[in-house]
Order: sequence, then C-alpha cells, then structure tokens
Amino acid sequence: MNLVTPDTGLLFWMVIIFGLLFFILAKFGFPIITSMVEKRNAAIDKSLKDAEEVEAMMVAAMKEHDEMIAEVRRAQSEILKEATEAKNTIIRKAREEARAESDKILSEARVQIAAEKESALRDIRKEVAVLAVSVSEKILREQLSSEAARKEYLDRLIDEAGSISTDIKPEEKVN
Amino acid sequence: MKRLLLILVLLSVIPSDSLGVISSEGEAAVEKSTPLDISGVIFSHVGDAYEWHLMDTPWGSVALPLPVIVRSKTSGWHCFSSGKLEHGASYEGFRIGESGKVVETTPEGEVRPFDLSITKNVVSLILSSILLAVLILLSARWYRRHDVLHEAPKGIAALLEPLVMMVHTMALENIGEENYRKYSPYLCTAFFFILLNNFLGILPIFPGGANLTGNIAIAMVLALFTFFTVNLFGNKHYYKEIFWPEVPVFLKPIMPIIEVMSALVKPISLTIRLFANMLAGHIMILCMVCIIFIMAKFSPVLFGSMTAISVIFGLFLDLLECLVAFIQAYVFTMLSSIYIGLAHAKE
Repeated sequence: MNLVTPDTGLLFWMVIIFGLLFFILAKFGFPIITSMVEKRNAAIDKSLKDAEEVEAMMVAAMKEHDEMIAEVRRAQSEILKEATEAKNTIIRKAREEARAESDKILSEARVQIAAEKESALRDIRKEVAVLAVSVSEKILREQLSSEAARKEYLDRLIDEAGSISTDIKPEEKVN
Repeated sequence: MKRLLLILVLLSVIPSDSLGVISSEGEAAVEKSTPLDISGVIFSHVGDAYEWHLMDTPWGSVALPLPVIVRSKTSGWHCFSSGKLEHGASYEGFRIGESGKVVETTPEGEVRPFDLSITKNVVSLILSSILLAVLILLSARWYRRHDVLHEAPKGIAALLEPLVMMVHTMALENIGEENYRKYSPYLCTAFFFILLNNFLGILPIFPGGANLTGNIAIAMVLALFTFFTVNLFGNKHYYKEIFWPEVPVFLKPIMPIIEVMSALVKPISLTIRLFANMLAGHIMILCMVCIIFIMAKFSPVLFGSMTAISVIFGLFLDLLECLVAFIQAYVFTMLSSIYIGLAHAKE
C-alpha cells in the first residue's frame, strides 16, 4: 500500500522546504517575537513589583502622614492648653499687679491724705493760736485797761512763775 | 431545534423498518448501475497525485497539471507536465502505473525511475510553507516596528502571540532555563507547520485538500528532525545513560541495546502518531461523505435520511478533526520538547 511507503520525492522536497522554512523562521521569525514578548513580560513584572513597592511606600507615607497629623493635633492641644494657662497666669498676674498697684495708690493716697490732714491741722492750729493770741490780747487789753488790773495780773503771773519753778524744777534752780 | 431532531429521528427510523423490503430490490439496482469504487475515491483523496484535481464537471475533470521530474537510469533527467500522462497516456517512455506512480517502460519491464516530481503534496507543502513564513514574518515585523512596552499587539501579531508563547513556555518547562532558547524556534516551526497543514488538510477546496500531515513521508521528516535535534545535541549524561547506565553489572551489556532501541522507536512513534491520526480523520470524513453516494443507489427514503445523518456526522467529525489538528500539533511539539529535555537532563 503506497500510504505507508514514504515517497523519495516527497521526502526530498520536505527536507529541503522544511529545512528552509525552519532556517528562515528561526532567523527572522520566532526569536524576534519571543524575545519581544519576554521583554514585555519582564517589563510587566517589573512594573508590577514597582507598583507594589510604590503602594507599600504610599501606605508608609500615609501612616507617617497620619502620625504627623496626630502629632500636630497633640501639639495643637498642648499649645492651646499652654496658651490657656498662660492667659490665666497673665490675667492672674495682671489682677495681682492691679491689686498691688491700687493698694499702693491707696496707701500713697492715705499717706498724702494724712499729710494733708496734718498740714491742715497744723494750719488750723496755727490759725487758732494766732486767733487765740489775738483774742487773748484783745481780752487782756480789755481786762488790763485799768492800772490796778494790770498790776494784779503781773503779780499773779509772777506768783505762778515762781510756784512752777519751786515745784517742778528744783534741779534747774540749783544750777 | 427539537422539531428538527424529531424529523431526523423519524427519517432514520422509517427506512430501518422497511430496509429488509428494499434491500432485495436495491441489490439489483446496484448491480445494474456502474459500481462505486469507494476505496478508490477515498485513497485518491488522501494520497498523493501528479496533478491537482480541482473538480469534476459535465465536460470533464478540471485539474492543475504539475511538473513531473524523473531520472531514468538509462536516459537521465526528464521534466514534463503531468498533463502529458493523463488517462494512462505514455510520454518519453513514462506512464502512470497501477500503483499510481510514474513508471518507466524498459525492455526488462516497468521500473520506478528516481522520482522528484512536484506532486500535489509538494505544491501544498510549498504553498503552506510560504503562507506560514509570511504569517510569522508579518507578525515578527509588527514586533520590530512597534514598541512592545507601549503598544498591545494588533492583527496577525495578536493572533499568533498566544500560540508562539504557548510553545515557547512549553520549551521552557520541558527543556529547562539553560537551553530552551536554542530549541524554541525549532519547536515553534514544527508546531505551526503541523497546525497549519492539519487545518489546510481539513479544507476541502483548492489551497487545502492535500493530506500533507497524514502522509508518512512528511511525518517521518518531522520526526527525523526531532530525532537528530535530540541525538546530535545531547549532553554527556544522556549518552552515558544510553551506553553505560548505572545498573547492576549483568545488565550493563543489555541496557545499551534497549536504550538504542528506545531512541530509535521515539521518531517512529512520532511519525505514526501524527500520520495515522490525520490519515484516519480524513478517511472517516470521506467515509461519511461516501455514505451519501452509496445510499443514493438504494431507495430515496434511505438516501434522504442517511444524507442527513452523514451530514451531521460529517460536521461532527470535521469539528473533531479541528480539535485533533490542534492536539496532534501540540502532542508532537510537546513530545519533541520532552525528548530534547531528556537529552539535556543534568542528573
């Protein structure tokens, strides 16, 4: 049966044509396709790996970001607390200072008032003294208008003076 | 769809009931008309020919004459058109003999000259090889002209890429990281050659129709390419396994014989697997078609019902052949890659 006996002609042509086809395709065909696809596969693998890395980096960055936000929040609340405290101290200090100042002013005012009072009193006393002197002068002049009265008064004055010196200051007398 | 099935079932049931009645009349009808040469039809379709028969018309058959190239032992080279040998005609002492091959009439009787004719199969081989080369080179051109990192393949490149990469990956898996690049182009060429010719063989009209991969010479050359690829580039370990394997001493003289036998049987099994599968598929489809012509000799009812059945079975077998076309190409390539891988195994 010629179905199972290979023809020499067909064998010959097959070897030549298939050999030629193999040579052409192995030189200009398949290696180009496979190398390009492998190149693309490598690039895809690389970009997938890169994407993974970038994702990891992004996650880290997000974490850092969140941490930073938390940090900032904490700092913010701390600052606010400090600010409130500072405000309170400033107000307290200001109050204290104000109180101290007012106390000082008050005490100064008091001192001044006292001084004023003193000087006023002194003036009044001086005035009163002057008045008293002038009044007593007038009275004396009135009383001592007569000679007799004048004499009697002088005597009394002398007596008084003498009793004072004997009663109160014996030492002075000795000296 | 259900109605269609019902009609088919009825068509197939009716004749079987009345078959006994018809057959006695039918036999007479067959004897009256010219007998059908079914095996002749089938073998002329799956075999090689000196002309490419295109179709039969009422005015005669239309065939493409092809060059006959023969070398006679006495008169040297002869080259002429196969048209000269039509209908058993003799030309320059050559004619187509009983076996369907060109024979030379000499005083000692009919002898086979050395025959390098461009037969139907050779033309199909040339056409399919050109087609394959064009397809692959166009695909490769796309890769050369475009930046693969920024563009997805289009057209022919996108069509062939998965298949090329399938074979390439198979080479990687079976041969190993180190050597697979060297063998991948051969495996790809073999795979695409077998696949394309399997499909062209299923096509019934002109560019296809030649039963190329179902021809033993073609399958044999492919298997021999694999055989030489395996045995010419095998590593030391491979040859040591064949000629001096690590087995008990009393086995040492027997093992090389067994190993050499196994190395020789591998290409034979590759040849027969590919050629027999494809040939059987073609014969089955042709048988399905021939049933129609056989049944035409019987009653019209049998003819009609069997036509429907054989068309459906023919379609089924055609689809099966499409599957087998791929499977055989895949199996041949995979076995080749495994054999090459074995010749490159380390330990």
